[in-house]
Amino acid sequence: MEIFLQQIINGLVQGSVYALVALGYTMVYGILGLINFAHGEVVMIGAMLALSSLTALLGWGVTPLLALPLSISLAMLGCMVLGYSIERIAYRPLRHAPRLAPLITAIGVSIVLQNLAMMIWGRSYHSFPQLIANNPHNIGGAIINNIQIIIFVLALAFMAGLMVVVNRTRLGRAMRAVAENQHAAQLMGVDINRVISITFMIGSALAAIAGVMVSANYGLAHYYMGFILGLKAFTAAVLGGIGNLRGAMLGGLLLGLIESLGAGYIGDLTGGFFGSNYQDVFAFFVLIAVLVLRPSGLLGERLAERA
Amino acid sequence: MPHTEDALLLASHIGKQFGGLSALDDVSLHIRRGEIYGLIGPNGAGKTTLFNVITGLYQPSAGGFQFNGMHYESGKPHLLAQAGIARTFQNIRLFANLTALENVMIGRHVRTRAGVFGALLRDRGTRKEEHAITVRARELLRYVGIEKPAQTLAKHLSYGEQRRLEIARALATEPLLLALDEPAAGMNASETENLKTLLKTIRTSGVTVLLIEHDVKLIMGLCDRVAVLDYGKKIAEGAPEEVRKDPAVIAAYLGGGGD
Repeated sequence: MEIFLQQIINGLVQGSVYALVALGYTMVYGILGLINFAHGEVVMIGAMLALSSLTALLGWGVTPLLALPLSISLAMLGCMVLGYSIERIAYRPLRHAPRLAPLITAIGVSIVLQNLAMMIWGRSYHSFPQLIANNPHNIGGAIINNIQIIIFVLALAFMAGLMVVVNRTRLGRAMRAVAENQHAAQLMGVDINRVISITFMIGSALAAIAGVMVSANYGLAHYYMGFILGLKAFTAAVLGGIGNLRGAMLGGLLLGLIESLGAGYIGDLTGGFFGSNYQDVFAFFVLIAVLVLRPSGLLGERLAERA
Repeated sequence: MPHTEDALLLASHIGKQFGGLSALDDVSLHIRRGEIYGLIGPNGAGKTTLFNVITGLYQPSAGGFQFNGMHYESGKPHLLAQAGIARTFQNIRLFANLTALENVMIGRHVRTRAGVFGALLRDRGTRKEEHAITVRARELLRYVGIEKPAQTLAKHLSYGEQRRLEIARALATEPLLLALDEPAAGMNASETENLKTLLKTIRTSGVTVLLIEHDVKLIMGLCDRVAVLDYGKKIAEGAPEEVRKDPAVIAAYLGGGGD
């Protein structure tokens, strides 16, 4: 029972990070019908920017309690600029090109960013300074520490904030209108280029937060960390129904749980033949299963409605 | 020749070619302020093409436009909305997953200016503008007669309601010219009658209306002036009673056999 509870907690924490990243995929897909495969790298750049600025700030003697939010804000800001530039340079010129073209530039951007990060930050793993005391709490035999609590609560807060922006503000209304019908939205005076840019910026800011969360949780950052994380978040978006915001959040949390429970029990179930190091298998098994059995995802609409 | 001073829209020598096919050939017309102007013709006569050129969806191959005394360039739909042309579509193009109210509120975007940071920070000016937008959108829904389902998603409205919503959304942009592409298509007799009343009200409010319609009876009962297209050429123009008697028009409709 303790193991079960522990895996649920781990799964929810990890899943909330997947959800934040999945939102970035799903927002862009909802509006452009494009899968932004560079999104995982934005997560990585966010983590790296936060790490560098944090190290610098601490070096100048700024107190950790001020340095942390400052460096997170810097990472978000940097990623917003990055997200804006990616769209402007790699996707906008190809907006009316066949759909394969922007997919390929997406992969290109992803490789460029990885290599850029490798040149700037090197190939080694960086340890993320631990600024928040761990203070493990015991809940019914399972352990949750302060960082995990902060990650989960912060992630939920950002998701709630996004939902308010999308459902309750003029900007959100314009985003939904552009997602439904770009041409009609344009006729109503909506500046679709602006809406698309802002969508990329919001998604990138969420990615930066997620990057900081992952690094803080594991205490590590690495130039390659965005790749697998990006793929998993993409899986989460597909699981929930790509293009659907609630779906991305649900898919993220579910994927976190599946992975965590799977990793926790795979050893017992296979008599020790597979260990918890096979954790990644579950995410991609889910991806394949969803694509085969329910391509529109859990909350997705039938694709025909978009066409 | 037309009195150009009271013309809201002046189209001169418009031509449009699709590949080798000539869809419009030297069409000139003028729409006066405050009238309901009808555009009719047999199937494939070029009505929708002309309509799309006027509303900026297509670039004409030849000729040019003057709207509200200024030249305008076709092919830039968002600028046309600003200039004061709003349109509806033959196949309804609402934002299906937005509520009726939100659909109309989107139409206000062209006339309001709150920026991104306003949207995120919700300062007083933005909230005030949002409030004004909501009030105006509700007024427009009432104006076209669908205030009750304001919070219903557009896709769940009845067909007639969707047509009305599209008109409300177009009116939200405060157009000088409201261009309607077959608004009565698929409507039953009572819905058509209501539409007629609505369009008359709209004209009374000072908005000029351009109407493409298949339903010749509707056009004849509603329009101040009518142009008839056949094979991409304007074959007649004038008051409905005159046009109805025009031998070229009779030949086009009977000889065409389309309708």
